[in-house]
Amino acid sequence: MKNNKIKIKSSNLNVHYGEKQALFDVDLDIYDKEVTALIGPSGCGKSTFIRCINRMNDVIDICKVEGSITIDDEEIIDKNLDVVGLREKIGMVFQKPNPFPKSIYDNISYGPTIHGLAENKTDMDEIVENSLKKAALWNEVKDRLNEAGTGLSGGQQQRLCIARAISVNPQVILMDEPCSALDPIATAKIEELIDELKKSYTIVIVTHSMSQAVRVSQRTGFFHLGKIIEVDTTEKIFKNPGNKMTQDYITGRFG
Amino acid sequence: MNKEQRLKKRHNAEKRFKLYGLTSILLAIFFVIFLLNAIFSKGSGAFLKTTIDVEVNFDADTLELSESPPLEDLENTDYYELAIDSILKVKKVNGLTEEKLLINLFSPDYEYEIRNFLLDNPKALNQTTVLKLTASDDFDQLHKGNYPRELPEERRRINNFQLNLYDELVNEGKVNKIFNSYLFTKGDSRNPELAGIGGALVGSFFTIVITLLLSFPIAIAASVYLEEFAPKNKITDFIEININNLAAVPSIVFGLLGLGILLGTFHLPRSTPLVAGITLALMTLPRIIIPCRASLKAVPPSIREGALAIGASKVQSVTHHVLPLAIPGTLSGTIIGLAQALGETAPLILIGMVAFVVDIPSIPTDPSASLPVQVYLWSEQAERGFVEKTSATIMVLLSFLITLNFIAVYLRQKFERKW
Repeated sequence: MKNNKIKIKSSNLNVHYGEKQALFDVDLDIYDKEVTALIGPSGCGKSTFIRCINRMNDVIDICKVEGSITIDDEEIIDKNLDVVGLREKIGMVFQKPNPFPKSIYDNISYGPTIHGLAENKTDMDEIVENSLKKAALWNEVKDRLNEAGTGLSGGQQQRLCIARAISVNPQVILMDEPCSALDPIATAKIEELIDELKKSYTIVIVTHSMSQAVRVSQRTGFFHLGKIIEVDTTEKIFKNPGNKMTQDYITGRFG
Repeated sequence: MNKEQRLKKRHNAEKRFKLYGLTSILLAIFFVIFLLNAIFSKGSGAFLKTTIDVEVNFDADTLELSESPPLEDLENTDYYELAIDSILKVKKVNGLTEEKLLINLFSPDYEYEIRNFLLDNPKALNQTTVLKLTASDDFDQLHKGNYPRELPEERRRINNFQLNLYDELVNEGKVNKIFNSYLFTKGDSRNPELAGIGGALVGSFFTIVITLLLSFPIAIAASVYLEEFAPKNKITDFIEININNLAAVPSIVFGLLGLGILLGTFHLPRSTPLVAGITLALMTLPRIIIPCRASLKAVPPSIREGALAIGASKVQSVTHHVLPLAIPGTLSGTIIGLAQALGETAPLILIGMVAFVVDIPSIPTDPSASLPVQVYLWSEQAERGFVEKTSATIMVLLSFLITLNFIAVYLRQKFERKW
C-alpha cells in the first residue's frame, strides 16, 4: 500500500521553550490517509511536534516555533493564520480523555455548533449520530445521549473525544498517546477504530508502545532528544532499522 | 530503648496529639456558646415590648371631626387631648404631678399610636376601643425584670407612686408583652422603646446591592483576564501582588479613601448607602478576585485544550467552558466577600454613616444607617433599652451572615465537580 501524496510536510522545524530547545531542524513528511506513528523516549519532542501541527503550542507563552509546516502546501507556521480554521481541519485527541463536563450529545455538538456546520436540529442529530458511529461508540451510548460524558468509562470517554474530534469533519487527526490511560481491552478497541478511521483521515499518533506502532501505523518516525533520527515505513523501521539508535530503542535497550 | 518502648512512645504521642486537637475544638465551641449565650440572653428581650391597655373613645366631637370625615381630616386633626384624656382614665389620680407621673408610664408616641390606629381603622370612629399603647423604656425594662426596683426611691427614676400604679395595672392584667414590630419597622430614635433597625436594614440592603453590582462584574472580568488572557510578565505579577496586598489592607483605609475621594472630590452625599456601597465595593473587590481566580485555576487545563483543539477561540473556550465551570466557586467567593462587607463598620463610620438618622431611606442617596453601625451607635447609649436592642441587632446581623455563609457552602458543595 504505497501512498505518495504528502499531506503534512515539516521542514527545518525548531521549537524553543524559553531557553531550552525542544526540536532541532525536524524534517518530516506525513502521508495522506495513513497512520504515522511517532515513537521515542519521553521528552524527545514527539508531543511538541504534533502540537505544532494544530498550533496548540500557541497557548504556551514561552514556546517559540520557527521553520515551516505545510498542510496541502499551505504554510501554517504563520502569525496571521487563523488557528480556529486550522483546528477545524486538524482534530486532536489527548493523552487523558478530556470530555467536557456536559452531556454526550453536547460534547459532540459543540464543535459543529461553533463552526456553524448544522443548519438545524435534524442536521445536528445526524452529525452526532455519524460521529459516534464512526467512533464506534453509538451502540453503547445511543440511549443515553443526555447523560454526562464524564460518566462514561475511560475507554468510552476516549472514543467520545475521538467522536468529538471527527464531528467537525477534519482532514487530519492528531493523537497524543491516546491509549496511555486505558486498559488493554479499551486500547484494542481504539486501535481497531484507528484502523477504520485511516480510510477517511490522515492520522498522526504518538505512542510509547512499540507493539501499538506496529499494529496501527504504516509509517513510523523515531525521535530522540528533539531530533528526528529515522523515518520510514513501519515495516522497515521495526524489521530492518537503518540507524543503530533506532535498533536499540525498539529492542528496548534504552528509553 | 527497645522496639516495644519506641512503639509505645509513638502511640502515646499520637494520643496526645489527638487530645490537643480535641481540646482546642472544645475550647472553640465553648467560646462560641459563651458568645451566643451573651448575645441571646441580652438581646432576646428586644423582640418583645411592654404595652399598657388604654380604653380610647374615638368621639368625633372630641376630635373635632364630622361624622364621616375624609382621610385628610383624620390625618390632620389633633389627637393630643384625646390621648391624654384616655390615659388619665386608666387610673384615678389627683393633681397635675400625679397626672404627669401617670402619663410618664407611656412612651411619648401615644398620640401617634392612637392616630395611626384610627387611620388604619377609620370605622373605629365614635366607638370605644382598647388599645395597647407602648410603655416607656423604664416600665418596659421594669416589666421585663431588668429594672432594679429594690433600690431606694431617690436612686430610681421610677418613684414609689409610679411603682404602685404599675403594680396595680399588672394586677388588673392591663400590662402585656407583645411582639415588638417597631424593632423592624422603625428607624432610630432617642427613645429606646421606639427605636428600630428598619432604617439600618434598608440601608444595609441598599449598600450590599450596590457593592454586589459593582464588585461582582468587575471581579469576574478582572480574574478572567488575569487568569486566562494576561501575558505572564512582570506587570501581571505586579498586579497580582498588589491585589493580594489590597485584600489585606485594613478596612478603615478604604473608609479614608471614600471620605477623601467620594465625599471630598466627587461631593457624593454623605452618610448614604451609595457612598457606603462604592467604598465597600472597593474593599471587597480584591477579596472576591482572589477566590474567583482560584476557582478559574481549578478548572483543569485539559478542558481548555479540548475546547481549543476543536477550534474554539480563546474567548469561546472561556465563556463556554471555563467560566461556567468556575461560576459556583466564584459565587461562593462573592457571597463570602459580601458577608464580610455586610459586617464592616469602620469604613462606614468614616463616611458619616454614624449620623443619627430617624427616617427609613427610600433611595440609595438618602442618608441612612446600617446594621453594624447601628450596633456601634446603640452600644454607646446608657439606657437599658438600647443594651438589649444592641444585642438584638447583632442577632439579626449574625443571622444574615450565617444565611449568606450557608448559601456559599451549599453552592460549593452542590456544584463541586471532580475531574
